[in-house]
Amino acid sequence: MTVESVHAGPVRRQQAVDIRTATVRAVYMIWRRDLVRFWRDRTRVVGALVQPLLFLVILGTGLSSALRGAGGAGGGFRAGLDYTTFIYPGIIGMAVLFSSIFSGMSIIWDREFGFLKEVLVAPIDRSAVAVGKTLGGATQACLQGLVLLVLAPFVGVKLTPLAVLALIGLIFCLSFALAGVGVAIAARMRSMMGFQFVLNFLVQPAFFLSGALFPIVGLPAWMTALTRVDPLSYGVDPIRRVVLGASGVSPAELDKLSMSLGGQVVPIGLEVAILLAFGLALMAVAVINFRRQD
Amino acid sequence: MTQDPGQVAPVVEARGLVKTYGKIEAVRGIDLSVRPGEVFGFLGPNGAGKSTTISILCTLVRPTGGQALVAGIDVTRDPGAVRGRIGLVFQDPSLDDQLTARENLEFHAFLYDVPRSERRARIDGVLEMVELTERARSQVRTFSGGMKRRLEIARGILHYPQVLFLDEPTLGLDPQTRNRIWAYLHELRRREGITLFMTTHYMDEAEFCDRIAIIDHGQIIALGTPDELKAMVGGDVITVATRQVAAAAEEIRRGFELEPAIDRDTVRVEVPDGAGFVPRLMRELTVPVSAVTLSRPSLDDVFLKLTGKAIRDEGAGEMDQMRMMMSRWSRAGGRR
Repeated sequence: MTVESVHAGPVRRQQAVDIRTATVRAVYMIWRRDLVRFWRDRTRVVGALVQPLLFLVILGTGLSSALRGAGGAGGGFRAGLDYTTFIYPGIIGMAVLFSSIFSGMSIIWDREFGFLKEVLVAPIDRSAVAVGKTLGGATQACLQGLVLLVLAPFVGVKLTPLAVLALIGLIFCLSFALAGVGVAIAARMRSMMGFQFVLNFLVQPAFFLSGALFPIVGLPAWMTALTRVDPLSYGVDPIRRVVLGASGVSPAELDKLSMSLGGQVVPIGLEVAILLAFGLALMAVAVINFRRQD
Repeated sequence: MTQDPGQVAPVVEARGLVKTYGKIEAVRGIDLSVRPGEVFGFLGPNGAGKSTTISILCTLVRPTGGQALVAGIDVTRDPGAVRGRIGLVFQDPSLDDQLTARENLEFHAFLYDVPRSERRARIDGVLEMVELTERARSQVRTFSGGMKRRLEIARGILHYPQVLFLDEPTLGLDPQTRNRIWAYLHELRRREGITLFMTTHYMDEAEFCDRIAIIDHGQIIALGTPDELKAMVGGDVITVATRQVAAAAEEIRRGFELEPAIDRDTVRVEVPDGAGFVPRLMRELTVPVSAVTLSRPSLDDVFLKLTGKAIRDEGAGEMDQMRMMMSRWSRAGGRR
């Protein structure tokens, strides 16, 4: 084989791939791939809505009736506050939570079916996987949450245009934080079985402790502490304030139901900051883990 | 053995490559040098260290010792630069089956920075080469194993790599599909002048390579062209069928100074270069001959001679242990 025959092929690019721009492009491609798959797998999108809707419609209706029967005096549920409206923000949180965790699971899936290798051997920084997957997961979770937003009028939740805008922003922040959790966990995980464990020991407690189904005020101290370390709480709470505010609950009433730290009601801005910081921190953990592996 | 001529810089070079996993020595000092445009085969039983070596060359595994250069770049010093210059076809498929063939290629073109102006034409070109143009818009999950492998080969060369590494590219495919894959690979070399570095444990496939390294227990035990390796066995076997066996044997003994063996109505003789010997034999023989057969030693014979065991019936125990160890190691989260 002589040198001439080597160059007989088509014009070959000689310059090296620039790792930094390639990494940015890779983030975009990984994100886009997630969305293409999300769109293509519409049964999953619909399927992922079934559970939240069951909670919303059946649990909401059932407990609304039960609480009315108990005289309407129980807890914070005064006249005019419908339980379905109360748990509606919690159910959005639930849909976002499950969707985010599922996208974390898709990393393990990709690892098992080999596609992850295609990305890991590319001339890019592996942080692209962590960032792309977190953003992809966040976008999917966000879309899932927005579908529930569209359903608000059908379950009797009244929203104003301004509230809808605020909710979109809040849902995105929550999606980002939770997608970070999913990706950070999946970065080191090799098997689906391990993920089941995570689902049972992290996801379900996170859901129950988030205040999705009951107000997280006036609880025993140990449980209050747990609710305050649950990132989902910082998403459900501001969403609830916006939803209840739009349906005419007075600010004073609202403060009684809201998340407080050290006797002070936590402002929505701080909650948003906590969510974003949490998402960024976990994405950083995922970046470190992806960079480290063989 | 063939030595590198020295004028052309090798595109893949390894010196004293070692990789150990705990107490297991997967690769025990490998030296090799592959010239540009060559089809280089890495042949050996499962667990011999083929995949580990190829993984080191592709920057996926860090060697414990030794040095490896690909396209002149040290694989441990600048893995990113090496990755941009090589293409990979893995032992296990690594396509996204929910994406279409074209989408898989677009993803790759984007990752490897194929310029926008060339992207479309290049994707069309590689699809055409592996005859998947018609199926470009189908999701990969509808593809057969052979089609997936073809698509992976197309993807592997999409970014104009200097070397395409293929780890058991035809594993698990039926013979017909395997032959087609080989036809594509040779076409690829012809068109793109690319270097192919592949592992295989199919002896018949190794014959398609320009040079072969036979590896066993983490070491190269022979390296050369298929013909050179087969010459190690002692040469070709010529069988002459004739009614006058004694006379034919005598003529061969006197004319060529060889020791023919008589077996019923045939005369057998072993010569180093059978193809060259037959015409001369035909000129010299005066007795009537009804048939001449030339059988060449296979690479199976070479492996048998070098290791004292056939490549296919190697003891499974030791290898399986190794695989288990390796998978345990990777589960534990092997770090670089």
